[in-house]
Amino acid sequence: MAKIDIDHVFKTYAGGAQAVRDVSISIRDGEFIVLVGPSGCGKSTLLRMVAGLEEISAGEVRIGGRLVNNVEPAERDIAMVFQNYALYPHMSVRQNLAYGLKNRGTPKPEIEARVAEAARMLELEPYLDRKPRALSGGQRQRVAMGRAIVRHPAAFLFDEPLSNLDAKLRVTMRGEIKRLQRRLGTTSLYVTHDQLEAMTLADRLVVLNKGEIEQIGTPLEIYHEPASTFVASFIGSPAMNLLQGRSTENGFAIGPDLWRLATGPLDDAAITIGFRPEDVTFTRDMRAGPEFLLDYVEELGAQKLVHGTVGGQAVSATATAEFQPQESMRLTVPEHRIFLFSTATGKRLRTPITPMQPAGDFSPVKA
Amino acid sequence: MYRTNFRDHLVLIIGSLMMLLPVVVAFTTSTHEAADIHMNGLTLVPGDHFAETYETVLTRQGGFTGKVTGLTMLGNSLILGLGFAIGKIVLSMLAAYAIVYFRFRAATAMFWIIFTTLLLPLEVRILPSYEVMHKLGLINTYTGLIVPLLASATGTFFFRQFFKSVPDELLEAARIDGAGPFKFFIDILVPLSRTMIAAMFIIMFVYGWNQYLWPMLMTNDEGFYTLVRGIKQILIVWVGSQIPDYNEAFAMAVLAMLPPVALVVIFQNWFIKGLTESDK
Repeated sequence: MAKIDIDHVFKTYAGGAQAVRDVSISIRDGEFIVLVGPSGCGKSTLLRMVAGLEEISAGEVRIGGRLVNNVEPAERDIAMVFQNYALYPHMSVRQNLAYGLKNRGTPKPEIEARVAEAARMLELEPYLDRKPRALSGGQRQRVAMGRAIVRHPAAFLFDEPLSNLDAKLRVTMRGEIKRLQRRLGTTSLYVTHDQLEAMTLADRLVVLNKGEIEQIGTPLEIYHEPASTFVASFIGSPAMNLLQGRSTENGFAIGPDLWRLATGPLDDAAITIGFRPEDVTFTRDMRAGPEFLLDYVEELGAQKLVHGTVGGQAVSATATAEFQPQESMRLTVPEHRIFLFSTATGKRLRTPITPMQPAGDFSPVKA
Repeated sequence: MYRTNFRDHLVLIIGSLMMLLPVVVAFTTSTHEAADIHMNGLTLVPGDHFAETYETVLTRQGGFTGKVTGLTMLGNSLILGLGFAIGKIVLSMLAAYAIVYFRFRAATAMFWIIFTTLLLPLEVRILPSYEVMHKLGLINTYTGLIVPLLASATGTFFFRQFFKSVPDELLEAARIDGAGPFKFFIDILVPLSRTMIAAMFIIMFVYGWNQYLWPMLMTNDEGFYTLVRGIKQILIVWVGSQIPDYNEAFAMAVLAMLPPVALVVIFQNWFIKGLTESDK
């Protein structure tokens, strides 16, 4: 168990392409950190640099206070779980688990004890003498985890360990990983592109975009206080609605429509507002928000997803199963659930939003 | 669903016959007396001299010095075949390992140079090779017979392709598990390649077993005669009215065929796997 410090780390490839740019994360002892982002955002590269499989171009990585930039992967006291499990196909499960310990010269009784312990923890006991070929995907995944556990490392590194499993198994294994990490209290660094996996597993999330950190925070912080449109659209499913428009004296102008919100600064600035689908309510009150034109409805059973457009821009909303959508409705969102972003930079604007008094005789307002 | 019918079988049967008949004829003919064969030609009917012909071939001391028996030649062929197979596999695996897993300057260029030598038949370099071996004083030694032909472009190429298909994550997992380059090779790569090794072993063994020109150049001591040379030797006896020992030549040919056939039969499962499926 150890803390991991990633300090101004860069990864520059021979061609000059930068996969990771100035990333600093300080991971506390026993913390579960999830690196999340779309493919090509540098999350795997970062993980592999911590593992020692990829050279660090600039910056420092410390594991348990020890600088490991030039330390071999085996000496870093870490264990890694790979996406395709990387089990040795010619070895039995038992040999797979024991291989790392054997190479370290661990005494035989100790190896046996640790393998037995890991096998019990992961319910692999009946399969110890099978070859990986004879195991199901979930079992292979558990063997890969077992190989990490037996070593009692300072940190676990997970590289998209669940992406090769089917959806149902993924949910089960997700729970299992979480439970195991809690129980062992081992510092973990986990890479995924699945925001749901990231939200459910992480103590803290690191959202990466194009090799740079967009935001670090607990899942709820990131969900409720996204720092940029990128984070806002990436975390949460269905994704947050983002509407581009201008803030005017009369309210927020979305194309020809006007939403009576004081979104200052009132300098006609290009602004993006964001709100989550679950914060949307529909009304027939013409004096409420902008007009929502229904496009199509997705039934999820417990609720339904209503898709449509506001001022020509796509908006989705969740509604109760009983809700009867109309072709044209008015949309409202509580002011404190609306986020403002600069359209130019995508960064969050911390301006308070207040409702504007609707005009007395209300007809669909045009900006 | 397609059902095999008689015509399909007919094709297979004709094919098998074309492959098998010459071998069968060689065997049945070898069980007749030399004079019979000389008069009646090849025959499909087995004769009654099986035991004595084969015993003669295996144990009679022949050659100019009168010291070479069929068994000696069998032994020599085995040494050559095994030496070739094992040596070539070890060498080409190590070469392929270096090419695939180590980054060194001009690795690709070197690989292509090795690869182009595939196109050069042994005969092209046979005289320079002989010259070198001669100067090293290795004429009439097993070392001289085997070592110069060990470098194998074919083997290196096949193992390179195989190693390239091994997922990188295995190497990475092994590195994290504390396996160095040598341990990774021995513990992971060699066991993974075993079907490939089996396939290579058969090909290289047969290649070594059937060598004719090279042993003929490299050895003049009859103690190094191989079976393949022995067959030739039996037939060169046109002295006076003596009839060549056709029966013995055929017996020798049948004997010379047995070990490679046995090898293929024993390893055929692995052989096919090694050349077709990848077990990862």
